[in-house]
Amino acid sequence: MTAALSIQNLKKSFGGLPATNDVSMDVTPGERRLIIGPNGAGKTTLFNLITGDLRRDSGAIRLFGEEISRLAPHQRAHRGLARTYQIITLFQKDSLEHNLVLSLLGLSKSRWDAFRPIARFGALNDEARRVLGLVGLGHLAKRPIGEVSYGEKRRVEIAMALAQKPKLLLLDEPLAGLSREERAAMKELIAGIPREVTVVMIEHDMDTALDLAERITVLHYGKVIVEGTRAEVVADPKTREVYLGD
Amino acid sequence: MQYWTIQTLNSLALGGLLFLLAAGFSIIFGLMRIANLTHGSMYMLGAYAGASVLTGGLRVRVPGSDLALFLVASGFLLLFGVMRLARLRQRTMVYALGAYALVAVAACALMLRTPGSAFEGAITLPDFARNMWIAVAAGALLVGVFGVALERLILRELTGNALGQVLVTLGISFIVADFCLMVWGGDPIPVPTPPSLQAPLRVGSVAFPTYRLVVLVIAVVTAVALYLLMDRTRVGAMIRAGVDDPQMARAVGIPVSKLFTAVFCLGAALAGAGGIIGGPIMSAYPGLDADMLPLALIVVMLGGVGSLLGAFVGSFLTGAIYTFGTALLPDLAYVILFLPMIFVIAFRPRGLFGRQTV
Amino acid sequence: MRVAGWALLVVVLLGVPWVMGEYFVNLGSQILIAAIFAASLNLLVGYGGLPSLGHAAWLGLAAYISAWMSLKLGLGHWITAPAAILGTALVACVFGWISLRATGLGFLMLTLALSQVLWGTAYRWVAVTDGDNGLRGLSRPAPFGLSLDGATAFYYFCLAITVLAIALMAMFVASPFGAALRGTRDQPRRMGALGHDVWLIRWITFVYSAFWGGVSGLLFVYYNKYIHPASLSIQSSAEGLLGVIAGGSGTLAGPIVGAAIVMLLKNYVSAYIERWNMLLGFVFVFIVIFMPEGVVPGLKRLWSRWRRK
Repeated sequence: MTAALSIQNLKKSFGGLPATNDVSMDVTPGERRLIIGPNGAGKTTLFNLITGDLRRDSGAIRLFGEEISRLAPHQRAHRGLARTYQIITLFQKDSLEHNLVLSLLGLSKSRWDAFRPIARFGALNDEARRVLGLVGLGHLAKRPIGEVSYGEKRRVEIAMALAQKPKLLLLDEPLAGLSREERAAMKELIAGIPREVTVVMIEHDMDTALDLAERITVLHYGKVIVEGTRAEVVADPKTREVYLGD
Repeated sequence: MQYWTIQTLNSLALGGLLFLLAAGFSIIFGLMRIANLTHGSMYMLGAYAGASVLTGGLRVRVPGSDLALFLVASGFLLLFGVMRLARLRQRTMVYALGAYALVAVAACALMLRTPGSAFEGAITLPDFARNMWIAVAAGALLVGVFGVALERLILRELTGNALGQVLVTLGISFIVADFCLMVWGGDPIPVPTPPSLQAPLRVGSVAFPTYRLVVLVIAVVTAVALYLLMDRTRVGAMIRAGVDDPQMARAVGIPVSKLFTAVFCLGAALAGAGGIIGGPIMSAYPGLDADMLPLALIVVMLGGVGSLLGAFVGSFLTGAIYTFGTALLPDLAYVILFLPMIFVIAFRPRGLFGRQTV
Repeated sequence: MRVAGWALLVVVLLGVPWVMGEYFVNLGSQILIAAIFAASLNLLVGYGGLPSLGHAAWLGLAAYISAWMSLKLGLGHWITAPAAILGTALVACVFGWISLRATGLGFLMLTLALSQVLWGTAYRWVAVTDGDNGLRGLSRPAPFGLSLDGATAFYYFCLAITVLAIALMAMFVASPFGAALRGTRDQPRRMGALGHDVWLIRWITFVYSAFWGGVSGLLFVYYNKYIHPASLSIQSSAEGLLGVIAGGSGTLAGPIVGAAIVMLLKNYVSAYIERWNMLLGFVFVFIVIFMPEGVVPGLKRLWSRWRRK
C-alpha cells in the first residue's frame, strides 16, 4: 500500500548547522503519528519541509506516492496537505466565518472570481458555518478572531485545516498553551477526525499526546532516534536518554 | 586612445562617488532596515555647502513666506523631537506644540502683512577657508549633524514601522531638496577644481584628468578604511552582528541604539562628503538628488544590501555602465543602467554579495 | 446603506457645474483624476499590503503613448486610448514580475527604481518624447462627436469614468479575489498553505492597479493637453501615495478623500507659496508621524485620547 507520507534521507542545514539530518519515515494512510523530541530537535523544521515553507537540501518527500519536494506550498495544499501552526496565524481582524471562507476558497475555483461579491456565495458561507459547528464554534461565527479566547482560536486553526478535507493533516503542537479542560476538548476533537485523514502531530505534552498516537517518532538533533508503537518507544532506553540528557 | 582614457577615468571617478554614496546607504539599510530615501538629497546638500565654501560664501534672498513655512514647520518637528527625547508627558507636549503653533501663525501673519518681504543675508568666508579640505569637512559635518538630528528626533519615533520610516525619509528628501532650491536658487553652481589638481597628469602620450584620479584614490582609501573598520574593530564587529541578526545583537548586549545613530551619522557624512568631492565633476544643481538616489538604489540592490564589497563592486560596475552607456547610446543610457540590476534581482534577489534577502 | 452614501456623493458631484464657476469645475476634474490614481494605487498598498513608489509610471506611460501616437502617427483617440492602456498593462506585467522578486522594502525600492527608468528615459529619449519640452498640442477625444473641450463637458466625462472605475474597483474588492488579496496582505504564509497562489494574486493586482493608473494617465493628458517628464517623477508618485495615506488605506473611499485633500492643498497653497515640494514633504512627515492611519481616523483617535486624559 502506498504510504500517505514517505520521507527518504531528508536533509536541511542552516549555515552548516544540520536541522534535519538524514530523516526517513513512512506514515501509512489513516495512521496517527506523533513526532516528539526535545526543543531544537528539528520537529517544526521537518513540518516546514513537508509543507514547502522551507526548501530541502536533499532527499525525497512523497505524498501518496507523488514527489512533492519541488512544489510550492499552495500546490501541495491542492494535493491534500493541510497544516496548523504553532503560533496563531489567523486573520485577526476578520470573523471566524471569514477565516473559514478563506480556507475553503483556497481549493475552490471561485478564488479567482473578481466580480461577484463574496457575500453572494451562499454555499461557501454555509459550509464555513458547518465546519465551525463541527468544532463547536458555530455560535461564534460572526465574531472577529481577535475577540475569542486562545483555546477557541486553536479550534479555529483545526477547523480551517479540516475544512479543506485534507488527506494528510499536520498538527503543530495543537495542545500548546491550553488549559486542562481545553486540552481534553481538543483531544476529543482530534480523536474524532475521520480515518480518511492521516494525522501527523508534533507535541510536547506527553500525557495527552501519547493517548492519541499509534506510532511515535522520536527526533533529536534532526535525526530519528527511535521509532515504533507507543509501547516500544516508551520502553526504549534511548528515549529516556534523549529526554533526561546523557 | 585619449577619448577612451578619459571615459574610463570618468567611469572610475563616478564609481568612486557612487561608492561614497552607496556605502552609507547600504550599511544603514543593512543595520537599521531603513531605506534612507533622503540619501540623494544629503549628497546634494553636501555639494551645495561645499560649493559655497569653495566660492567664498553665500548670498541668500528668500521670500518671507517661504522662509516662514520652512522655519515654522521644521521648528514644529524639532520641538516635537526634542520633547520626545526629553520624555515629556503627552499632555505637556500637546500644550507646547499647540502654543508653538499659535505663536508661529501669529508671527507669520504679522510678518506677511507686508507682501513681498524677503529675507536677505550673506556669509563671506576668509580666503584661507576656500579650500577643498575645509569644504569637504563642512559638507560632511553639516550633513552628519543633520543625519543625527533626523535619526534621533524623527526616525526614532517610528521604530518598528519600516514603511513609515521610508515615507518620512522621502518627505524629508523633498524638504531638503526644496530648501536647497530656496537658499541657493535654481541655477547650477559650478564647483571649481582645486588649483593644485587642475593640471592633467601626463604619462607618455596620454593625459589623465588629475582630479578624477584623486576621486578614485579617495574612494579606494575610504573603502579600505571602512573595510578595516568593519573587519578589524570592535565597533565594526558590532555593526556586522547587527546586520546579521539585530535581535541577537541586542540580546548579547550590543548598544544597538547608539550604534544606530553612529552608523546613520557615518552614512550621512559620507554622502555629504561625496557630494562636495564630486562637485568639480558634477557641480551642484537642483535635481542632483533625484539623479543620485536611483543610482544608489541600483548599486545597493545589485551589490547586495549590507555588503561593503557589494557596494564597491556595484558602484564601479554601475559607474562603468552609466558612463559608457551615455557615451554610446545617450538616449537609452538610463534603461541600460538599470538592466544589470534587474537581471541580478531577477535571478538572485539578494544581490551579488548580499546576505539578507531584500 | 453604503451604496446610498456613494449615490448621494455622485448626485452632489453632478451638481457642481451648476453651482460653481469654471475654475472649480476644472479643479473638480483634477480631483477626479487624482482620485482614480490614488484609488488604483490603494488596491496595491491598502488591500495588497504592497507599498509602491512607482505608480506615476503608469500615469506617465499611458499619457506618453497616447500623446506620441496622436502627434507622431496622427492616429485618432479611439486607437490611441486602448493602445496606451494595453502598452501600460504590458509594461506592468514585466515590472510587476521584477518588483515581486522582493516584498516589503525591497518591493518598494524596486518600484521606485523601475519608475525612475521611465522618468529618466522620458527626459533623455528626446527623439520620442521631446525631452524637457514635453509633448504639447494634444487634443481631447470627442466620443460620439461630443466635444470635451469645455470645462463642464470634460468634467462630466471624468465623472462618468471615475464612477465606472470606483464601481469596478468596489466589485474587485468585495469579490473572493479581493478577500484572498487581503488575506495575502495579512498572513501570506497561511494563505499559501491554504492553497492560494500568493505570487499570482499579487501580480494580477499589480497589473490591474497599473491599468487604472493608466486610465488616470489618459484623463490627465486629455485634461492638460500636454505631458512632461515631471509627471513621471517620484514627486508625482508621492502625491498619490500621500493621498492614500492621508485618506486612510483601509477603505475604498479613503484614498478618494485623501486625493481631494492633496489636490485642494496643492491648488490653494500654490497661490501663496512657491514651495509646494517642501510643503508636500512636511505634510508627508506630519501625517506619517501623527496620523498614519489617515486624517479622519487619526483626528478621531487624537480627539478621543485628549478627552480621555
